[in-house]
Amino acid sequence: MKSRSAFYLVILALIIAGLGFAWLRHTDLNIPLKPDRERPVWLIEARIDFYAAQEPIRVSLDLPGNPPGYRQVSEKAASTGYGFSIVERPGGRRAVWTRRSARGGQTLYYKVQMIADADAGHERVSKEKPEPKTIYWSGLQSTAAHQLVEEAHEKSSTPASFARELAKQLTAPKPDQNASLLLSEYDLPTLLMRLLNQAGIPARVSMGLELQDARRYQPLKPILEIFDRDQWVPVDPETGAHGLPENMLLWHRGGKSLLDVSGGSSSEIHFSMIRQTMPAMDLARLQLDAGGLSRLSLYSLPIEEQSVFKLLLLLPVGALIVTFMRIIIGVRTSGTFMPVLIALSFLQTELVQGLSAFILIVTLGLMLRGYLSRLNLLMVARISTLIVLVIFLTSMISLLGYELGFNLGLTITFFPMIIIAWTIERMSILWEEEGSREVFIQGLGSLCVAILSYMCMQNEIVRHLTFNFPEIHLVLLAFILLMGQYTGYKLTELKRFGVMRGSR
Amino acid sequence: MWIFPFALRKQGFLGMNRRNVDYVSRYNSRSRYPLVDNKLKTKLLAEKFSLSMPRLRGVIRYQYETAAFADLVENLDGFAIKPAKGTGGKGILVIKGRSGDRFVKSSGRTIGIEEIKRHLSNILAGLYSLAGTPDVAIIEDLIRPVEMFEQLSYTGVPDIRIIVFKGYPVMAMMRLSTRASDGKANLHKGAVGVGLDIATGRCLHAVQYSRRVTRHPDTDLALDALAVPDWQNLLVLAARSFELTRLGYIGADLVVDKNRGPFLLELNARPGLSIQIANGTGLLPRLEKIEQLDPDLIPEAEKRVAFAMGAFCSGNF
Repeated sequence: MKSRSAFYLVILALIIAGLGFAWLRHTDLNIPLKPDRERPVWLIEARIDFYAAQEPIRVSLDLPGNPPGYRQVSEKAASTGYGFSIVERPGGRRAVWTRRSARGGQTLYYKVQMIADADAGHERVSKEKPEPKTIYWSGLQSTAAHQLVEEAHEKSSTPASFARELAKQLTAPKPDQNASLLLSEYDLPTLLMRLLNQAGIPARVSMGLELQDARRYQPLKPILEIFDRDQWVPVDPETGAHGLPENMLLWHRGGKSLLDVSGGSSSEIHFSMIRQTMPAMDLARLQLDAGGLSRLSLYSLPIEEQSVFKLLLLLPVGALIVTFMRIIIGVRTSGTFMPVLIALSFLQTELVQGLSAFILIVTLGLMLRGYLSRLNLLMVARISTLIVLVIFLTSMISLLGYELGFNLGLTITFFPMIIIAWTIERMSILWEEEGSREVFIQGLGSLCVAILSYMCMQNEIVRHLTFNFPEIHLVLLAFILLMGQYTGYKLTELKRFGVMRGSR
Repeated sequence: MWIFPFALRKQGFLGMNRRNVDYVSRYNSRSRYPLVDNKLKTKLLAEKFSLSMPRLRGVIRYQYETAAFADLVENLDGFAIKPAKGTGGKGILVIKGRSGDRFVKSSGRTIGIEEIKRHLSNILAGLYSLAGTPDVAIIEDLIRPVEMFEQLSYTGVPDIRIIVFKGYPVMAMMRLSTRASDGKANLHKGAVGVGLDIATGRCLHAVQYSRRVTRHPDTDLALDALAVPDWQNLLVLAARSFELTRLGYIGADLVVDKNRGPFLLELNARPGLSIQIANGTGLLPRLEKIEQLDPDLIPEAEKRVAFAMGAFCSGNF
């Protein structure tokens, strides 16, 4: 048959194209085929938003420069219409954007790639010890601060142990009167900074960024630093221990302000970040040459979009699994692609928590739906009611979980509510028409497919390949098309028709 | 118990994937599906082609028409109310007689006119239709089954499912409801499927829950004595549904009325596969035999039936 062979040719072309491009990308751009061979590279994007009022604009942002534990691989600023320069001063590096005049909402981007490197970023030893700042308190606070400092001083010998003692007092499960008075006024890092300075130990509050893969709209977090043995050392305010928490990047250290905007108002800064796995060397090269294959890579998108794509590009894997499970295995699921969406939300929660939350909501929803069916509502109204009920249930469970100290509560919000409402509706109709057994079979089938998709989408190698080699999806497409033409028996049919064994 | 795929293939069993790819999507044009999914459309078309179906007594399209329902059925003793887009026998109300002001349901219970009106409203609101879309209610004549069938079945009228491929009847079964199936004629719910010989209309093989049975589990009547009267006319009626719908692969559901002979009840564009289990044999060899015929020459229904009766008798397949 002519159309048949043309079909197989297309399949073959898809597979060859997919594998070929992937191979080219691998050899040309040195993108590794396995995720674990490389160290993580963090691509961090700072986004500054403000309103311009038709005046000369100058925006100045403090840059991390050489933070402890990280090495900068490359940096880039994207903002049309603005002049951009990086100013190096003794106080630190600053990015400066300038423009004669603009109006309305403005967005500036600054991107930097950082690679984790334990040896990097040791600050040059300061020649002179900085003077502790003079601290002013109001009357009552002054006494409280004095007493706290005295107490900690008694129990300590060095600046480090002094800081530890102070931290202990302030973070005690039941802080004494002095501590609680001061804590009501200042947040913990700032308060510690003030107390330390008062005791004659130079301390400052820096701003750090917690690095987590595919996060958007992250703020900076205050980090306490004290001057000990000729250098500034970050201190954990909770425990008083030295050193930075894991995956904490110090963005803004001491010195001047983080962000200055003149000629604009309502300025805001957010950070987005993503973890890439590419050789640091080639990363630098990629930034340089923008032609050829690298143009087709997703790295050139803003990070916010990249995070979205990281998730989106996993969907075809789920679709492939659903296709396989339904056509070849013959598993019955409720709603064709519902399992994939559930699996996607399992990615955000954890498997066990997500699973228990899902089963809980669907079970409760089914009970409520049982009552709804007695009201004889029209379908659209019925499903809308269910959506409201599901959201209500979710918030109830969240609240209850929070009160009881379970983590379950917050993770529930990742579930696609409308999909859940539809699932409940379908299962309920199934229950009425076909009985509980069919509901059980389809529910179990859906969950099995969801768990399987989750495990595939969770797989490091799968995540690496789908995002770094988007052309792999052509191969997935070929497999899906191929299965669309499968006319053999489903695995479950071999059981269904099993009674025919031995006859004739 | 499992079976090897090659063993299943050897017996010519049609699987779900193959049915969809090679038969349903190849021979059934999507645009003609509404003809079979909507019973009212099927009925009106069947009238045009003078295929016998239970006589249409009225259609209720709007809520206000339910008020005049009592007048509509004034002269009828028994009747059936069906949703036009219902599936799987849902929403069908059968009234077999009257007792004073009240109506007697097939189960023997009596209901008032108000209850019937509420049922009509539910149908109009789409309670029984696929995806809950608004629907219309059809009122048609009651079917009086042949006595032999009435005794055989637990409740309701046993219907006959015939797979019609390109106008040729290729396989047939009768579905008898049981107590286990709750009076419904679905095989997976426990109804008895009786495979019928295409040549004679006699019982070949009968199953319940995929297991072979020889007697009806509730009425305990022997199933091998079962023979459908007026078999050839019934096959012709099924075969002519091909001209009606021009769908190449359909399942026709028929009944035999005591007084008026075979009736076409409804058509299905995606007929199920369990008819193979009821017959104890696969569909594929029969379908392939029909596919080998000259596609340009489509003889009239009587000739197609004659061909099928000769080709698919139990001896051959």
